[in-house]
Amino acid sequence: MSAPSKFRFVSSDRRVREDRRFVVGKGRFAADIVPAGLKHVALVTCPHPAAQIVSIDKSAALAMPGVHYVLDGAELAQATNPLAAGLDTPNVPRRPLAVDVARYAGEWVAAVVADTRALAEDAAEAVAVDYDPLPFVLDGEAAYRGGVLVHEAHGTNVLLDRTFVWGEVDKDFAASPHTLRHQVKWGRSATVPIETFVVTAQWDPWREMLDIWASIQMPKYPDQAAMALKLPMSSVRVHYDVDVGGSYGVKRGIKHTVLVGYLARRLGMPVRLVEDRLENMRGGDMHGPERNFDVEVGFDDQGIIRSMRMRALDNVGAYAGRSPFQLGKPVGAIVGPYRIKSVQYQAIAVLTNKTVQEAVRAFGQSPTNYAIERTVDEVANRLGLDRLEVRRRNMIRREEFPYLIPSGSTYDSGDYHTVIDKVLAHAGYEDMLAERGRLRAQGMLAGIGIAACLEPSGGNSSFEPLLNPKVGTTTWMDSCRISVDLVGSITATMHTTSAGQGHETLVGTVVGEVLEVDPEAVRVVRADSLNSLPSNSPVGSRMAIMLGGAAFHAAQKIKDKLIAIAAHDLGVPAERLTYKDGGVFDPSAPDKKRTWTELVTVAHRYIHRLPPGMEPGLSVSHIMPVPGGGGLPTADGRVQMYPCYSFEFHLMLVAIDPDLGKPEIRRYVIGHDCGTVINPKIVRGMTMGGIAHGIGAALYEEFAYSQDGLLMAQNFMDYLLPSAHEVPPVEIVHHETPSPLTVFGQKGSGESGYLGAPAAVASAVNDALRPLGIVVNSLPMKVTRLGDAIAAAREGKAAT
Amino acid sequence: MKVELNVNGATHVAEVEPRTSLLDCLRDNLLLTGAHAGCEHGVCGACTVLVDGTAVRSCLMFAVQADGYAVTTVEGLSPGPGELSVLQDAFCETHGMQCGYCTPAMILAAHALLSKNTQPTREEIVDAISGNICRCTGYAQIVEAVALAAERMRGQNLPPEQP
Repeated sequence: MSAPSKFRFVSSDRRVREDRRFVVGKGRFAADIVPAGLKHVALVTCPHPAAQIVSIDKSAALAMPGVHYVLDGAELAQATNPLAAGLDTPNVPRRPLAVDVARYAGEWVAAVVADTRALAEDAAEAVAVDYDPLPFVLDGEAAYRGGVLVHEAHGTNVLLDRTFVWGEVDKDFAASPHTLRHQVKWGRSATVPIETFVVTAQWDPWREMLDIWASIQMPKYPDQAAMALKLPMSSVRVHYDVDVGGSYGVKRGIKHTVLVGYLARRLGMPVRLVEDRLENMRGGDMHGPERNFDVEVGFDDQGIIRSMRMRALDNVGAYAGRSPFQLGKPVGAIVGPYRIKSVQYQAIAVLTNKTVQEAVRAFGQSPTNYAIERTVDEVANRLGLDRLEVRRRNMIRREEFPYLIPSGSTYDSGDYHTVIDKVLAHAGYEDMLAERGRLRAQGMLAGIGIAACLEPSGGNSSFEPLLNPKVGTTTWMDSCRISVDLVGSITATMHTTSAGQGHETLVGTVVGEVLEVDPEAVRVVRADSLNSLPSNSPVGSRMAIMLGGAAFHAAQKIKDKLIAIAAHDLGVPAERLTYKDGGVFDPSAPDKKRTWTELVTVAHRYIHRLPPGMEPGLSVSHIMPVPGGGGLPTADGRVQMYPCYSFEFHLMLVAIDPDLGKPEIRRYVIGHDCGTVINPKIVRGMTMGGIAHGIGAALYEEFAYSQDGLLMAQNFMDYLLPSAHEVPPVEIVHHETPSPLTVFGQKGSGESGYLGAPAAVASAVNDALRPLGIVVNSLPMKVTRLGDAIAAAREGKAAT
Repeated sequence: MKVELNVNGATHVAEVEPRTSLLDCLRDNLLLTGAHAGCEHGVCGACTVLVDGTAVRSCLMFAVQADGYAVTTVEGLSPGPGELSVLQDAFCETHGMQCGYCTPAMILAAHALLSKNTQPTREEIVDAISGNICRCTGYAQIVEAVALAAERMRGQNLPPEQP
């Protein structure tokens, strides 16, 4: 699809229509929806990292006034199927409530239903559970070696251990005059939205319908809920007109939903679960990747990297849903923006007695990008070359696109060198170097951070067939329906929830652009799962491409239909007619025209004036496949993972007072190229928010565990989210390399910022610490750790 | 027990437990759902309301403690149905939000600042909203919204926004 050269609404700095309801407190969040007679759930959780559940005494709780039910895992397991898992691991069943054995501290053991949330919590404390503590394992490498098994029946802690070889790795290493190998670690953190997970379910036994309102961001959510609850999907109605209070990947509350859905049906009462913050952080199963990398590269005297071996071991916690696939997504950009000819990639997912991992923004790509970028920095340092220059030498050049990487994905377009040049010019790179020098001369530690990253977007979930041969997924569609009513108003329907990405604005803008009408006049509504078209929800930076694309094509169908009606009514060939501002006319005979109102009237009222065989009315749907189609991986694991690849380049200056160890970001500039920008306000917000989130992951946020297996970060005083004080002003330098594959040239931008910020902060901190001989290859780089390392290095220096 | 609350200029009588937080009372009893629960331990600020014009965390205050004070929630800021205050409009102009969950509290915190300070510096704005965590935006467009509102209010020669 060729992009129009000029847009009327696309790319203009228009307001985001969703904002009006939020600024007056009229968002409709899941906790705002209160069916009559609503009952409340509180959870009984295991205080041990692993324990046999010997007995559960519910009597005291059930005797309390206002308490309706206490559900245990045995009853729930009897009535439901295990939750869907991504990998083929039938002996690692995952259920909402533990059955016989609990496998992490905080795992749900029983659920109490009462008249109020407070009463339910009181009653949860009265449920007496007798446990026999069991041996446990927390460290991913230890779990990989064996010993304590998290799931005895599985026979190993390993969920996934696959090594891919793409290209002549051994040969390329042998031909490389230099090699470098190091280990880097990505600590366990997550996106931790301010709204916790909330789900309300109501069962109507006469209609046999389970209604669900949830703060959900999850592909295939209604399907998975129905399958686990042993209901036909047509008996589960998920309402998508619920505002989701932040997610960034994690709001996959399938276990919450199955629990509450079962209770609503069992009790014949509407039931709601609102996680409290402790529940959210400990038992909500929303932790992100915790990943150890071992990276080796072969390179020449010029710093040209020829080959890479990467081992990535991810500690996914006590059960697995979709999370091991987070090792698969990076395959789609395994060489980053660099021309590395061959790659060996070993992906390992192991079980431990920690909280279950879930999808986090960028689905595992951010840790991998951090590992790649740390490695490029170290290659430059090893050779005594400039880190920027080494990147420039290795990067794919504009004229090389489309560019096929060794793991089978073709990057659509890019102009990396130009983006870097623009950033350096904007930032005044020489001045930044001088400022670093001045700071160092003043006794500060100072460093410049450099990181590039790619943002794969709009994909087919091809990591499913790549990592689980029993799954043959090759499509991951999204949809839009447009109706023009008989008085000519336009309503577009989307088929998923949103969590702040402005999808209603996206759809309105695109439909307005195509039909040449004011986007504000386009009503955008959300279906429920039963009157829905297929959607795979806003994951993987896909909605600008996929929902935007579906809205484009649906609007195009409306336009085509209007032209066909006009052609028939005017008695001229359709090819002669032009659509403009809602009307259709013949440029060679301008009096031959039909207005919007006339055409709509014909479509809705006058079948005798419609082309023979045409359906009356003006309602169309478009179900859009991923651009480029889809296919299965080859035997050696090559597959087109994503169609579109955005690019970013981060540059920052960090100063660290050596007595405090606290990194302070003095300057932050990012070059951003996501192709055609549909809404500049939204793209800017995504970029800024992603950077803030990345700064958190790099410096502050960690789900730390004690040696006895308990989660230590249980509130926002232990788990530190960046406030307005911690996030510096960020300057964005825009560049636009349109994608040849999308309707306007747009690419994804939802994960932007988060993909590069952690690597950039790590680069800056390491540059600052280099004079002390310190290398920090583990995130988060907390103040305490940096302070200790700096103090030790200075003492060591003083001693020598 | 009964509690009598002055919220957004109107008097409400609610039946609450002594342990009921002001947040739960506003949401569950008065159906003012603009105040949101985030952490329920006083860190994230999503539950912020104004008590006699000062931004406070309604999750850390019992409903009974609010008796006798003037409580303002986000529902009290809008001039009328379908209308926005200058500050609310500024948040729309800069897109100072994404998911909208922290937004009402963020606006109330900014409102409290602007009612005392008509020419806040960037540092003063950052300080005023630093007790409110936003996980979506990275704060840039929020800070810009508050600065824009301050500028527009000065331009209109309006008195400071009153609680």
